[in-house]
Amino acid sequence: MSESGFVFDPYGGQTYSLNATGRLILEALRRGDDVAAIESALRESFEAEPETDIVRDVREYLLQLREQGWLPQGAEP
Amino acid sequence: MAVTGLNATDNPAPGVGVIRSLRAAPGFQGKVLGLAYDALDSGLYSKEIGLDAGLLIPYPSHGVDALRERLREIHQRHQIDVIIPTLDSELSAFIALEPELRGWGIRMFLPSREQLELRSKVRLAELGQKAGLEVPVQAVLSDASDVFRLPSDLPYPVVVKGVFYGATIVNGPDEAAAAFHAVVARWGLPVIAQRFHAGEEYDVVAVGDGRGGMVGAVPMKKLLLSDKGKGWAGVAVKDPNLLEAARRFFAATSWRGPCELEILRTPEGRYLLIEVNPRFPAWCHLSTGAGQNLPWTVVRLALGQPVEPMTEFQAGTLFVRISLDLIASMDDFQALTTLGELARTRADA
Repeated sequence: MSESGFVFDPYGGQTYSLNATGRLILEALRRGDDVAAIESALRESFEAEPETDIVRDVREYLLQLREQGWLPQGAEP
Repeated sequence: MAVTGLNATDNPAPGVGVIRSLRAAPGFQGKVLGLAYDALDSGLYSKEIGLDAGLLIPYPSHGVDALRERLREIHQRHQIDVIIPTLDSELSAFIALEPELRGWGIRMFLPSREQLELRSKVRLAELGQKAGLEVPVQAVLSDASDVFRLPSDLPYPVVVKGVFYGATIVNGPDEAAAAFHAVVARWGLPVIAQRFHAGEEYDVVAVGDGRGGMVGAVPMKKLLLSDKGKGWAGVAVKDPNLLEAARRFFAATSWRGPCELEILRTPEGRYLLIEVNPRFPAWCHLSTGAGQNLPWTVVRLALGQPVEPMTEFQAGTLFVRISLDLIASMDDFQALTTLGELARTRADA
């Protein structure tokens, strides 16, 4: 992943452009952060309202990553 | 060196890519001859590829004898060491001439006739079984009415293919009959009807050592298609399943020389071998850009030089094609038309 959030999958050849949120989550996953740490980082970076269900959004995003083969099936951050 | 296939149109022949790779080989200072079929084959006019001469040769339909005589004439004047044929339609003639050309001192690195026939589109199922590779169901059509009697495991849509080139997706028998006639008019019989599978198409350019080993391979995913469905941009990828498919193909056939494997990856993650082309693809210069100069490797193999298998290359290397209007002189066109030869000096380039 480049600094601008551009991602190249060297196995399948697909390219992706991640927005700031996606970039933050992917960087956190690479550090080995768990979902609680990712939620906390997102709240801090984007000043989310307390009632916003960030965990649900993160889990949805993780599901997408799994479908793309970026996260091993069964792996739970 | 002499290389065929200089017609670099929007469905380009591989010759220009092969020559660019030869020119990119470190230390290569040899002469390169372009062997073309038509005075307007565009590669003849490209100064960028550094042809020392462009020479017309007779079309494959003129037969082996006509090709032999023309090559003899060219060899007497230019002393060819290696020929790299790059077109499906001419391979049979070059394979037939290989022993004779070797006697003249000309080397090639080509598959045997048996290998060429085994990878023929009509024998794909047999090849798949031999190599342990999954292939799509297909039927060989010899008459337009066959499209109304396709087997039950070959439902529409199907892909109608010519024995050398061309592939059209059709949704029913009427479309299939039209595609059948179009293919027959251009390439003759037989015609192949292949089951259509959705998925991502990948292509692998690879070279076999003739003893069952793989000398090098670079898989590519097309990023942009021309309106003829040809790759107009692509990226080198490192999917180990694609490299394994190429390895199995070489192990099963002992393929000698370059080839291109067309492989479909279905959404469920199955890999289907769709076709094997018995020569370099037009995009072969990407292999050189990614770190494996496969055309130069074929020259070395043809000359009997030892070549270590290459496994590394840079995934993410891209190619993007460009259409250019080359400016040429009437003198050049005249020379090709009347003499069948356009000689250049390196200073021209």
